[in-house]
Amino acid sequence: MAELLAVRDLTLGFHTDAGLARVLDGVNLTIDRGQVMGLVGESGCGKTTLARAVLGVLPRHVTDISGGSIRFKGRDLLALAPDVLSREVCGRAITFIPQDPYGSFNPVFTVGTQIMEIMKWKSPRREAIGWQAGMPALLQTYPAERRRADRDAVLKLLDAVQLPQPEQILRKYPHELSGGQRQRLMIAMALLPEPDLVIADEPTTALDVTIQAQILGLIRRLATERGVAVLFTTHDLGTAYEICDAVTVMYAGQDVESAPTDVFFTRCVHPYTDRLLASLPRPDGKVAGIPGEVPSLVTPPPGCRFHPRCDSAAADCRAARPPETASGAGHRVRCFHPRVRAAA
Amino acid sequence: MRRLEIIVSRLAWFVPTIVGLLIIIFTISHIIPTDPVRVLAGDNATQEQLDALRKEYGYDKPLPIQFINYLKDVATGNLGISIFTKRPISETMWHRLPATLELTFAAVFLSVLFGIPLGVLSALKRNSLFDHVLRVITVSGLAVASFWLAMELQFLFSMNLAVAPLNGRISGFGPDPITGFFVIDSLLIWDMESLRSALSHMILPAITLALPAAATIVRFTRAGVLEVINSNFVLYERAMGIPWPLIVWKYVLRNALISTVTQIGLIFGVFLSGAVVVETVFDWPGIGAYAVNSILQSDYKAIMGFTIWTGAIFLIVNLITDIAHTLIDPRSSQ
Repeated sequence: MAELLAVRDLTLGFHTDAGLARVLDGVNLTIDRGQVMGLVGESGCGKTTLARAVLGVLPRHVTDISGGSIRFKGRDLLALAPDVLSREVCGRAITFIPQDPYGSFNPVFTVGTQIMEIMKWKSPRREAIGWQAGMPALLQTYPAERRRADRDAVLKLLDAVQLPQPEQILRKYPHELSGGQRQRLMIAMALLPEPDLVIADEPTTALDVTIQAQILGLIRRLATERGVAVLFTTHDLGTAYEICDAVTVMYAGQDVESAPTDVFFTRCVHPYTDRLLASLPRPDGKVAGIPGEVPSLVTPPPGCRFHPRCDSAAADCRAARPPETASGAGHRVRCFHPRVRAAA
Repeated sequence: MRRLEIIVSRLAWFVPTIVGLLIIIFTISHIIPTDPVRVLAGDNATQEQLDALRKEYGYDKPLPIQFINYLKDVATGNLGISIFTKRPISETMWHRLPATLELTFAAVFLSVLFGIPLGVLSALKRNSLFDHVLRVITVSGLAVASFWLAMELQFLFSMNLAVAPLNGRISGFGPDPITGFFVIDSLLIWDMESLRSALSHMILPAITLALPAAATIVRFTRAGVLEVINSNFVLYERAMGIPWPLIVWKYVLRNALISTVTQIGLIFGVFLSGAVVVETVFDWPGIGAYAVNSILQSDYKAIMGFTIWTGAIFLIVNLITDIAHTLIDPRSSQ
C-alpha cells in the first residue's frame, strides 16, 4: 500500500508555567492509504497532540515545534502557509471526528447550517461549480446549483450513517439531538468532503457503551467502503483491536512500537506494550498494573522515557533513544532490549 | 413555546412593579419638606390663597386618597397637570420623547458600531499593545464623569475649533414635525440644511453618551469572545478549515454577544429614561432635561410621571432583551 501520511521525528513542546513541556519527542507515525491506524496510549501520552499537529490546530502562542516533518501526500504540512493548509488540506483531504460531539457543534446554529457551511467550503464539487478563487471569505457566495447538489449528498450520507428523517435532523439545534445522533452527524461531516484521511480523536469516549460499539462499527465500515484512511486515537486496547488494521503505541510523548493488529496482539516485543497488554483485566478478575508512574513531561527521563519503569532497562536506554528497528513486516519497534518470543 | 411564556410572565409583572414604584416615589415626594403649593404660590401668598390652591390640586385630601386618585388617573393615561406649566404632563413628555429617542438611537448606534468590532479585535489580539491601549481608553471611558466630558467636548469642538454647535437640538425651528425625529423629518422633506444642523447638534451629546457605553460593550464583547474562542466548536471549525474570518465574525461573535446584548439593553434603558446630565449640559430638550427642571421646581406630578416612564422603559427593555436572548441562543427558549 502507498504511504499517505508520514510523521517523522516530530518534536514539539508547550510553554507552561512550569517550563517547556516536551509533549512529543521524535515521534514517527506512518499511515498507508485506506488504512485504519490506531494510536494507543495512556492519557497525556501525546496522542491528541499528535492528532492536532496533523490537523494544524495546536494553540499557536504556546506551541514550540522544534523539529521533524508531517508529510501528507508528499507535502510537508508543517511547511505550508496556514491559509493554504486551512483552504486546501483541512476539512478536505484531512477531516476530523472530535472527541466531544456536543461541544464541537456550535450551540446557536442548527446542525443543517453547520453542515452546509462545511459543504460551502469543502464540498468535493467546490472547484467545479462557481468557486471564486481569491475572493475574501466573507464575500464568497454559495451558488444555488452547487448547494442543491451538496444538499443531496448530505441527505444521502445521513442515510448512510443511519440517521432516519434527515430533513428534520438538519433543522434541529445540537442540544435537541442525542449523543449518538451528534456523533453520527460528525462522522457524516467528516466523510462529506471525500477526504483521504479522517482523524478520529477518541470518537466514542463521550458516548454510552451501547452506542460506542455502533459508532465504531460505522466508522470501520464506512472507511473500508470508501477507502478512507483513519487515524484513530484511543486509550482502549479493545477498541483498537476491533476496528484497526494496525496499531501504534505511544508512551510519554514517544512512539514505542507499531504493528499490524494481529501481530500487535500476539507478538508485540516492546516491554511497555507487553506490560500494557498484561494490564488488561483478565477473566479471573486480576489486574496487573505497571509499577512506577508516568514521568513529568517538563523534566522527562533521558533516552527511552520508559526506562525508569522497565525491567529490561540498561545503561544504553538512559543514554539515547533507541532507533526504529524492523521486527517483521510492518512491525517496527524502538527498544534496545526487546522481548524475545519463542516461535508460537 | 417558552418565548410566549416569557412575554406573558413579564407583562403580568408589569402592573405590580409600576404600582410598587409609585408607592415608593409617592411616599418620598410627600415626606420631603418642600411644599409644592408654597413654591407655586410664591413667598407673598396669603393663607387663603394657599388653601385654595391646595384644594384645586387635591393636596387637601388625606395621602391615601391622593394616592388612589393618582392611580386612577395613571390607569387612564393621565399623569396629571404640571403645577408649574399648567399643562398635562403626559403631553409634555410626549413632545419631548422624540428628542430623547433620537439621541438614544444615535448614541447606541455609535457605541455598538465601535464597541463590538473593537471588543472582538482586542480579544483576538489580547495582551498586545492594541489591547493595552484600548483597555486604558475603555477604563477611562467608564471612569470619566459625563458632565466633565460634555464640557471638555464643548470647549474643544464648539468654542476652540467651532466645528460643532454648543448646545440645543437644531438651529432655528427645525423641520415641521412628522415623526418628531429631526433627522428623519428633514430627510423626508429633503431639507439638507436642517439635516446638517440636526446632525451637527447631535454629534457632541451622542459622543458623550456613547463613550462610556462603547467602553462597556468593548469589555463585555472582549470577555465573551475570549470565553468562546477556546471552546471545542472553534477547534472543530478550525480543524475543518472553515475560513478564520468567518469563524470569528459569524460563529464566535454570535455566541459571544449573548452577554453583550444584556448590556446593550441596559444602556438603552439608561439613555431612554433620560440622559439627565448630558441633556442638561447640552440643553437638549428631552425627557432627562425635563426631569431635572421638574425636580428643581418640586413639580411632584412631573417627577412621578418621569418615574413611571423610567420604570416602564426598564421593564420593556428587559422584556426585549429576554426575547433577543431566545432569538440568539436557542437553548434559552427550551
